[in-house]
Amino acid sequence: MAEKKSLGKEFTKGLIKENPVLRLVLGTCPTLAVTTSVTNAIGMGVAATIVLVCSNIAISALRKIIPSKVRIPAYIVVIAAFVTVVQMLVKAFVPALDTALGAFLPLIVVNCIILGRAEAFASKNPVLYSAVDGLGMGVGFTAALCLMGTVREILGAGTFLAGIQDLLVLFGDNVLGGWNGFDFTSGLDKIGLSSITFFILPAGGFFVYGILMAVANKLAAGRGKPKAELTGCAHCPMAHSCTIALEGKDGCDGSAKEAAV
Amino acid sequence: MKKLIVSASPHARSNETVTGIMLDVIIALVPSLICSVVIFGFRSLLITAVCVACCVLFEYLARKIMKRDNTIGDLSAVVTGMLLAFNMPVSIPLWMCVVGCFFAIVVVKQFFGGIGKNFVNPAIGGRIVMLVSFSSAMTSWTEPMSWLNGVDAVSTATPLAVLKDFAGEVSSDLPSLWHMFLGLRGGSLGEVSTVAILIGGLYLIVKRVIKPIIPLCFVGTVAVIMLIAGKGDFTYMAYQLLSGGLMLGAFFMATDYATSPITNWGKVVFGVGCGLVTCVIRLFANLPEGVSYAIILMNILVPHIETLTRPKPFGTVKEKKTKEEKAV
Repeated sequence: MAEKKSLGKEFTKGLIKENPVLRLVLGTCPTLAVTTSVTNAIGMGVAATIVLVCSNIAISALRKIIPSKVRIPAYIVVIAAFVTVVQMLVKAFVPALDTALGAFLPLIVVNCIILGRAEAFASKNPVLYSAVDGLGMGVGFTAALCLMGTVREILGAGTFLAGIQDLLVLFGDNVLGGWNGFDFTSGLDKIGLSSITFFILPAGGFFVYGILMAVANKLAAGRGKPKAELTGCAHCPMAHSCTIALEGKDGCDGSAKEAAV
Repeated sequence: MKKLIVSASPHARSNETVTGIMLDVIIALVPSLICSVVIFGFRSLLITAVCVACCVLFEYLARKIMKRDNTIGDLSAVVTGMLLAFNMPVSIPLWMCVVGCFFAIVVVKQFFGGIGKNFVNPAIGGRIVMLVSFSSAMTSWTEPMSWLNGVDAVSTATPLAVLKDFAGEVSSDLPSLWHMFLGLRGGSLGEVSTVAILIGGLYLIVKRVIKPIIPLCFVGTVAVIMLIAGKGDFTYMAYQLLSGGLMLGAFFMATDYATSPITNWGKVVFGVGCGLVTCVIRLFANLPEGVSYAIILMNILVPHIETLTRPKPFGTVKEKKTKEEKAV
């Protein structure tokens, strides 16, 4: 790891450049399944973020103890423990969300983002960096989910943040005066329009996902690692069998390559 | 004396152009357009015009934004617009047409690279998105010729919905077979008049724009299966053939170059497959009509059909497997 690490960078990379959903294409199952409404998207995102940060911290702290041969089962046990905790908390405090997410809440255990970050980052980096990495990835995951949920809910159901009280119940009854999201359906009806059901169907989910991925690729274009510049024999396709390279000299006039062909 | 030209093949080129072929398809669609205006009134002309205009506009804008060369001159967008309009009922709100055109041209066609690179027929793709999104508006049918009485939107059931309850005898609620053939029935704009579609289809076959293999296999398969399903009742079979979008689909949508197999045996497999899926949906599924789903499914299978029916180069012999290879 030659690159100098900074906490800020570890956090922001999860937002666009290495956004888990839109750039790394991880965790697509919950992404497609729960983004039919923004409320569900927020719930799923927050739950996954909590698990992600906690498991990153735990695995990073244990990284020198866990033998590398059994690291995957060990990670899964750690992640499953946190998911169980989160699931119990959700069931107790936000029961409506538990009903809405159904099987996808316990399925956070096998969410690729969490296992992926444990394997790719937390197992190699100190606790603080791992926590920040988990937080950044979690926020990126939540943001992508909310973006997809916004597009799909507005176009597909004609509502926005519908059923938000299900989440706000966490802060007490009738927060924000019992406001339960926007409902455009009657307004659309007046001007002769209606929602496009396609968008809340699975096919519409894939469609929105594809478009957002294209946009994210466009935004992140040129922000990845610069291409490695190869010099000398390293760039030559014949290097592995070239006598000059094998003798340890660096560089040739290209005649050896032609002769080899 | 001509100079000897040394160049890579192909050396002989036909004079056919994409524009010419598309123009032929447009000409072949005109009888259906006239019929739909006669049967459903001038609103069908308005819907067709809106769809064509939207498709051309979306094609132009999509190519412009993606910085690709302009292809509206090849008229393929016009054909897509006409076919999409022919798949809608006359009472459809115009803004829904715009949504359908957007999906057909931008999502199905341009996102995948434009003409010849679309993975399914654009008009079918647009229709299915509209069907699942606006299911009630896409299936509210108008009584034929009701526009002459000055009555708006007298709703009616399509023959297929009536046929769904077939129990040994064809219901008396159905229009006569002769009316069905002429197009005096409830349905989408371009699908109702079988005679107009046949005229257009024959024109395409005579002009060699399409080969008759796919339409024949498609319609033939449906005929055979429906004959069996109706326990040998020819009237039932005839109603099945003349109703829904079968003829329009078989002649104009299943024969799309980019989304149908090149090989003749491939075309047979494709046509029979379309017919099978259509029958399965019509007989066993909840939907009354399955032509568009059948075509889109078979469209997706086309690459595999082509691999299976790849012609053998002349003179080659299939290599026999040696014993060792078999053992492996």
